[in-house]
Amino acid sequence: MTRHIQCRPIAKGIAEGSALVSQEPVTFFGGVDPETGTVIEKNHPLNGQSISGRVLVFPTGKGSTVGSYVLYRLARNGKAPKGMVCQDAEPIVAVGAIISGIPMVDRPEDYEFETGQWIHIDGEKGSITVE
Amino acid sequence: MYLTRAEEETLNGNAGYTKQKAMEILVALGKIYEADRLIPIASAQIAGVSYRSLGDSGTEWIESLAGDEVEVPTTLNPAGMDLGRWRDMGIPEDFAKRQLHIIKAYSDLGITPTCSCTPYLAGNLPSFGQHVAWSESSAVCYANSVIGARTNREGGPSALAAALIGKTPNYGYHLSENRQPTLQVYVRSKLKRGSDFAALGFWMGRRAKNRVPYVSGVHSARLEDLKQLGAAMASSGGVALYHVEGVTPESRAVQVEPNEKISFGSRELRETYESLTTAKSGWVDLVCFGCPHCSLGEIQRIAELVRGKKVTEGLRLWVFTSAVVRSRAEEKGFVQAIERAGGQVFSDTCMVVAPMRDLGVRRMAVNSAKAAFYGPTVPKVDIVFESLEDSVRMATGDD
Repeated sequence: MTRHIQCRPIAKGIAEGSALVSQEPVTFFGGVDPETGTVIEKNHPLNGQSISGRVLVFPTGKGSTVGSYVLYRLARNGKAPKGMVCQDAEPIVAVGAIISGIPMVDRPEDYEFETGQWIHIDGEKGSITVE
Repeated sequence: MYLTRAEEETLNGNAGYTKQKAMEILVALGKIYEADRLIPIASAQIAGVSYRSLGDSGTEWIESLAGDEVEVPTTLNPAGMDLGRWRDMGIPEDFAKRQLHIIKAYSDLGITPTCSCTPYLAGNLPSFGQHVAWSESSAVCYANSVIGARTNREGGPSALAAALIGKTPNYGYHLSENRQPTLQVYVRSKLKRGSDFAALGFWMGRRAKNRVPYVSGVHSARLEDLKQLGAAMASSGGVALYHVEGVTPESRAVQVEPNEKISFGSRELRETYESLTTAKSGWVDLVCFGCPHCSLGEIQRIAELVRGKKVTEGLRLWVFTSAVVRSRAEEKGFVQAIERAGGQVFSDTCMVVAPMRDLGVRRMAVNSAKAAFYGPTVPKVDIVFESLEDSVRMATGDD
């Protein structure tokens, strides 16, 4: 069954991929290896997993504003997430997504995302489709 | 957020890739913070200049914007080295090459490579009520509080985007309603030295977080004191604006009805000095000043204190300032006086963003609470926090 979810467009573009869901905020600077896309932040629920090629679903970003450049570097290395869904976008992740060309949306209507779901996001119109 | 037709066109790419990317960033921020429109800015100040913080990926992004220029006067934060005297600092060749590359990428965008955290002392001085887009938290605090200009705490990319468009989204500290005090601070201790203001700021920032403190009980303060006060609270907390009763320009205009009141006495002052010192014993290998960058007055004071003295063998005394202030200090003979005593005056950089451990520094004495706060985590050095006068005495060995 396909489910359509309304949300707010943040960074334009269309993406689809397998969801990787984190209940904890993600720090890009110091929290994700820019060469591999692996989460390296200690005690993070995604520690050891790669965000590369996934649609990353997380509450919000945190940490240094240099985190925006880590997303850019991931994209240049071909290791960035395909798309991002935040509960509430904040400037580090939003700016990172824009400069890196990663489609991003936030404030999805009430819905519990699960890791492994196949998700389409439209960063232009502001919509998510879960298959 | 409302966009004019010209702004819409820029967003659609009609003004080229660089302006489009910049507009996308401003629109996203405006959306996140629910701004009603974009407003013109008088100037911008950009963080993310040191190779240590920007790295190769950040450099690549700045380079990718080449082909267009900023719309307003724009200055830069400190770099990882003195752009001319980096060899005297002991900076490795490879680091210098990458750092100069970053400076060129910014210059190609029409940005003035004034690398300083005190742009207001180096030619980028807004007037009361003007809107600006500054990153560099200490300069944000100074612009909002001491000058009465209006800026949010921008990140490097958002300040650059604002510079390229000449506008910023209208939210946060651009709006009068968000400039009202939300915390009252009573100062019950005499603040005698600049570092006392730094200690007060540090203590206050911890408690204020991102609120707007209103400070009573400080009857006079020099530019240097306010520079230290704001830098400290912007690092221990997220303070972007404070008011000092009878001292800062908006203190008369605001309504003081905060719901929390706190007091700073001599015990808090003493405890803050103790908490900022991380070194277990008294030795240091560097005594340094200039966080934020030294004013002409501070350099003069250091020159007077070292006159006729020598920096102890094996110890270094470094002064950090902007290139503009350094050249004035040279004209006045202050630089030469410090050099005769065995010290050095560097511009464009500071002890927080230079690769201090690579330069052989393990433990430094500072009169800045901001430098003391970042010392152990960013340049990874131990700290002795002292007044300017006591720090100079440590360097010249006369207790």
